[in-house]
Amino acid sequence: MSRSRAFDVLIVGGGPAAMAAACAAAEGGRSVGVVDDHPTLGGQIWHGRSRKADDKQAAVWFDKIRRANVEFLAETQIVDRPAEGRLRAETAQGACQLQYEKLIVATGARELLLPFPGWTLPGVTGAGGLQALVKSGFPIGGKKVVVAGSGPLLLATAAYLRRHGAEIRLIAEQAPWGRLTRFGLGLVGTPRKLLQGLGYKLELRGVRYTAGCWPLEAVGDDKLASVTFRTGNKTRTLRCDYLACGFGFVPNLELPALLGCELESTAVRTDPWQETSVPGVYAAGEATGIGGAELALIEGRIAGYAVAGQSEQAARLFGARRRARRFAAALARAFALREELKSLATAETIVCRCEDVSRGRLEPHRSWRAAKLQTRCGMGPCQGRICGAAAEFLFGFKSESVRPPIFPTRLENLVDRQFDTLSKPGQR
Amino acid sequence: MDSDVQVLVNGRPVSVPSGSTASAAIAMAGHSRFRTSVTGRPRGPVCGMGICFECRATIDGRPHTRSCQTVCQGGMEIRTDEP
Repeated sequence: MSRSRAFDVLIVGGGPAAMAAACAAAEGGRSVGVVDDHPTLGGQIWHGRSRKADDKQAAVWFDKIRRANVEFLAETQIVDRPAEGRLRAETAQGACQLQYEKLIVATGARELLLPFPGWTLPGVTGAGGLQALVKSGFPIGGKKVVVAGSGPLLLATAAYLRRHGAEIRLIAEQAPWGRLTRFGLGLVGTPRKLLQGLGYKLELRGVRYTAGCWPLEAVGDDKLASVTFRTGNKTRTLRCDYLACGFGFVPNLELPALLGCELESTAVRTDPWQETSVPGVYAAGEATGIGGAELALIEGRIAGYAVAGQSEQAARLFGARRRARRFAAALARAFALREELKSLATAETIVCRCEDVSRGRLEPHRSWRAAKLQTRCGMGPCQGRICGAAAEFLFGFKSESVRPPIFPTRLENLVDRQFDTLSKPGQR
Repeated sequence: MDSDVQVLVNGRPVSVPSGSTASAAIAMAGHSRFRTSVTGRPRGPVCGMGICFECRATIDGRPHTRSCQTVCQGGMEIRTDEP
């Protein structure tokens, strides 16, 4: 049962940037479609928020989009771009073709997961990962959890898990105290963020938070039993059921790369109107650089107004965007990853989880492509989403090209006679 | 939407809150091993957002289905004991 849909403006993603872009574009009278692989809007950061109003900002946007003339294509996974103005997607019912005049990429980010001995044991999850699992029903009450890695996400995750009955034994932040203190003092200039931080501090009173601390090894037979941490020149071992560990975020760039958008470092390059190097393709939110929900909302609105030809409305947001980007840069500096994290994985530590490729097998290679061809690293179902970012951090390997399908897809969808076969690499 | 849903995990009935995913049901059934890696090691869910593929299980006969992205429906058969 295939289908074909056409929109003036198609937005890929379902989080804050996508929602803001959709509302802005719809205001301008364009026909707007939002396509995401999740069953509900909200992306990762506002996952499950459509029903709970505990986040006022999220509630405002969910209400706006409900009233806007926007169509949401849920559980629809983009797979390829067979021709200009056309995306091919997979749904539970089969292949689907989406046509557009303008495209806004708001594909968000995923967690940066770094390898260390024992990280592949059941019970070791991402930080946002464990929160997402618990949001969808994973039992956490009474379980001992350590939250580790880096970034403000650790506080949000720990607070959420504690609220749902977890015993948080430790929050281990890899950034040193000095940087965190300077960042905290800098928050005085942004009272709302300061309040948010203090709010977490209150919710997490009694929970040990240690900076300059990172995991050395996760230990267990068939599942996690304990984790050993380093702090300064001391090590400490804690028994726990879960280690929720994430080292920040990596933007999802597979679609913009497939479309031929120019990337600078690990982000899509955009002009002041959020347009990429490919005419008619815009990007907003984490795809243009990790910056959080505030910045995503602003960029989404700018992109939405821009595609609807409402440049004045868009330009009014440039100041807010500048300020939000400054904050994002300060955050990135405060939580930058330390060098020691590059030597946690030993030669035996698995780097590619899908194909069980260890660090020792990757080290002789000079490029991602060589490593892939010789070891199969990155050739599993995750398509290098997990190991690629880790390999870039450890070895400086840059992934050089993206080929369709940009997400695993059923064979029956590729041979759907109604639509084209896979686009040829390099085809625009 | 508030009543529980009954599914089968490796043949055993498990009751989960409506809206829960298959991965939640597997965890509630007490399993920490969701799948076995290519070198025979146990694996469980990691990313919670459908990109790591570590949470794969055979669901209603479909192998390699991401359990963290599959919402439980009444009578759903979830198996983690298949190769």
